[in-house]
Amino acid sequence: MRLRLEARQQPSQTMQWLSPFLAAVLAALGGGVVFALLGHNPATALATLFLAPLATLDGLTELGLKATPLLLCAIGIAVGVRANVWNIGAEGQLTLGAITGGGIALAFGGEGHWWTLPLMLFAGAAGGAFWAAIPALLRTKFNAHEILTTLMLSYVAIQVLGWLVHGPWIDPEGFNFPQTRMFADDAMLPVLLEGARLNAGFLLALLAVPLAWGLLSRTAVGFRLRTVGQAPAAARYAGFSANGAVWFSLVLSGALAGLAGVCEAAGPVGQLQPLMSPGYGFAAIIVAFLGRLHPVGILSASLLMALLYLGGEQLQVTLQLPIAATGTIQGMLLFFLLATDVFIDQRLVFTRGPAHA
Amino acid sequence: MTINRRSLLAAPLALPALIGSARAADPFKVGYVYVSPIGDAGWTYQHELGRRAVDAALGAAVKTSFVENVPEGADAERVIRRLAQDGNQLIFTTSFGYMNPTEKVSKAFPRIKFEHATGYKRGPNFATYSARFYEARYLTGVVAGRLSKTGIIGYVAAFPIPEVIQGINAMLLGARSVNPAATIKVVWTSSWFDPGKERAAADTLVAQGADYLTQHTDSTAVVQAAEEKGVWCSGYDSDMLKYGPKTHTTAVEMHWDDYYIDRVKKAMAGTWTTGDVWGGMAAGMVKLSKLNPALPAPLVAELEAKTADIKSGKLVVFSGPLKDQSGAERIPTGKAMADGEILGMNWFFEGVQGRV
Repeated sequence: MRLRLEARQQPSQTMQWLSPFLAAVLAALGGGVVFALLGHNPATALATLFLAPLATLDGLTELGLKATPLLLCAIGIAVGVRANVWNIGAEGQLTLGAITGGGIALAFGGEGHWWTLPLMLFAGAAGGAFWAAIPALLRTKFNAHEILTTLMLSYVAIQVLGWLVHGPWIDPEGFNFPQTRMFADDAMLPVLLEGARLNAGFLLALLAVPLAWGLLSRTAVGFRLRTVGQAPAAARYAGFSANGAVWFSLVLSGALAGLAGVCEAAGPVGQLQPLMSPGYGFAAIIVAFLGRLHPVGILSASLLMALLYLGGEQLQVTLQLPIAATGTIQGMLLFFLLATDVFIDQRLVFTRGPAHA
Repeated sequence: MTINRRSLLAAPLALPALIGSARAADPFKVGYVYVSPIGDAGWTYQHELGRRAVDAALGAAVKTSFVENVPEGADAERVIRRLAQDGNQLIFTTSFGYMNPTEKVSKAFPRIKFEHATGYKRGPNFATYSARFYEARYLTGVVAGRLSKTGIIGYVAAFPIPEVIQGINAMLLGARSVNPAATIKVVWTSSWFDPGKERAAADTLVAQGADYLTQHTDSTAVVQAAEEKGVWCSGYDSDMLKYGPKTHTTAVEMHWDDYYIDRVKKAMAGTWTTGDVWGGMAAGMVKLSKLNPALPAPLVAELEAKTADIKSGKLVVFSGPLKDQSGAERIPTGKAMADGEILGMNWFFEGVQGRV
């Protein structure tokens, strides 16, 4: 008897949704083996990784805080991928959102206007949208692929931020260190819980979930996007504009990433620094696919990703495990996800009889 | 330890005990936050050596822990807070970008002591510490001035902040003390750790005639490049001789061991006070690492003499006359720069090529 992979007649809906859970379980098992090899009780280590961060209210608020930028960026990326538009540069759009929103904070913060914060959020979203509009223009006018242009513009955005915080926007009382002044209180997002860091940005991210879901599955725009993505020929026949889909999805995902950027600046960071994100824009690509490009799936995936970051810190603090141990588990999660995804289009069949040569 | 269903089920229940706060009989807990992975050379590695020295010196009376690769930004505050909640009573945050997060957490935990490396904000339970790396950097300048034939020193540097500018200017002064025509070419990498960029910068500098390389970044790429190209170099943070056995002359090596042991002992004894420590070669916080055996004997003797002069205070690195790049005199003869001026240094001396 032997095993064979056989193509399914159509992709399995069950496996589509089961696959991330299987991958998580397999990664946890694999992680247990790693912990055992490192000389730790796997049960304690796994509990520290996955449960300890959730054991306190403080931990839960931190989870939400960490998930916020991942969630915002990933939803935008997913909307694009549905239309077959690949925005790899959420990191850059996030950075530009931090710049434009932070610029408003530095210009008007502390003057007590009611509109400072709303204007910051708007400017952040507009900055991100503008940064994503450049690849949209390059794609629709010159046919330059957005995978390259969005990625390359990320590095440009990071250099622009670096120039600003080293030069014109540097804190004059900061001993020439590359960072801006701290934002005034009226230019900071209100925290949701006294003493915690979780802020109104999390609510904006949560709000994006039903809005994106409604957009994709309940509106004509969503239908057009999906048609352009899945059946370009049919979309052309129906008169749906492919260029329109490129513009719409890039500008929307840029705006969401820009919003994530201004929420980081006006939230946990409270100023502009040479680096505003430890790679949220790139991690969000993983989150989008882990969440099956569905807003609700992405919400769960962003929380899981955030949990892995927090748990990794907890492992270091309480068990003295190196950061590489967490990296290994993150790697295994993606590895197993790719492996189990095979079973969406394929199935395993047992066959009897001699093997063919 | 064997795994069975009971231990699996019990694990979550045991958690509060695992993360509970320290009791009186427990060891004194000390936490460290590192900006990069520990690795086997570099800024973080030297702090890690300091932490291990605390363990070795104080044994079971202390329990140290660390969190590595913590980005300077929103994550740092959570990690520092986690260490505080975890019962650490003294927490060292070892990178400049942790300044504002450390300040915030120190206000939330007034009974825990915090120490931040290389920053300028302080509080009642929030001290700062750093070292006068520029003193040893001056000596590597002497080495470069003696060994370089072209008189051009290639300098790969991360960011134009005062600490880095001090090093570049000090190296120039050291080099010019033995070769008045020496110059320094600077290439910025805009990153503390980017071996690829550092390597490319080193290649560029050699192509521009530099025959002595050094870096103010955290990888060993520049030393390895110098070894391959056959030009002299000096390392930074750690002894990097093993990455350049033929051309690595010496390195500006940092030593936090004694400082950490002293501060932990004081915190345990209840005599810890806030403040700022900025120790140099005399305090043992900065040293020249093992000299390359290929260095000529007169140079070795010269280095020993100048090291003694720096330690005794006879040789003050930043003393006038000091001119800026336009040739204008900023510090007159017979006057030394004050600590405040050194800490805010944002201009290059005459002889440095490059822009801040």
